[in-house]
Amino acid sequence: MTLLITMIAAAVSTVKWYTSSKARELKIGVLLYMFWGASLMWLVDGVVEYLEVGAEYFTPSAKDMLNDTFLGMAVIALALVVWIVYLLIKDPSDLLKETLLNKKDRS
Amino acid sequence: MACFIVPAAEAAVTTIIQKAVKRSEANSDHESTDNKIRLSEKLKWLNGMLWGGSGLLAFEHLWHGEISPFFPFLTAANDPAETVKMLHEMATSGSAMAILVTAVWGVLAVAADKIIGSEKTEKSKAGAAA
Repeated sequence: MTLLITMIAAAVSTVKWYTSSKARELKIGVLLYMFWGASLMWLVDGVVEYLEVGAEYFTPSAKDMLNDTFLGMAVIALALVVWIVYLLIKDPSDLLKETLLNKKDRS
Repeated sequence: MACFIVPAAEAAVTTIIQKAVKRSEANSDHESTDNKIRLSEKLKWLNGMLWGGSGLLAFEHLWHGEISPFFPFLTAANDPAETVKMLHEMATSGSAMAILVTAVWGVLAVAADKIIGSEKTEKSKAGAAA
């Protein structure tokens, strides 16, 4: 489930990166790296597990599925936080810098 | 258990290589990458996938209690039998992860050069016809 959620996130961010120049300006590429990198790695994990347990891999227990879904959502949240921090540090449109300078001028 | 350590170690190595390549590209005068994307730029893609992927996997291991904030940091390292299993997993799954990411990056890098090359050929053909 974590693999599935991460792959969907990777696909959605790729489409967004491809279609929106604003998204590219906002460094959405960072999300692409994280989601595709993790998807490939979890794919290996999935294949290894499939080789060990066979078709049972596709019928996880409800408890496992819930935990994996929760983990998948947490992974997306973490990646988004990393992206936001990177965006604020890079500040491609100088918005943060301007806002801080305005605040300083007003005070 | 600790499979993410292998791609993370590769990421550390490729990051150092990328910095060195970038420095040498900046120092070289001639435009050797006329029909290609710079190697340092391509290595940046690999670094991004390796660091990003292993970072999220490290979070997963933390989630499952396989990493602890205290020495030896990996819970499997506390038990010799578990340590053997962990090392086996690093050698198999971890290596496979690093190889897969690198292979995908290799395909991407070759495809990107082909796209740039074909674009340049089309432009030069159009220029010759005009």
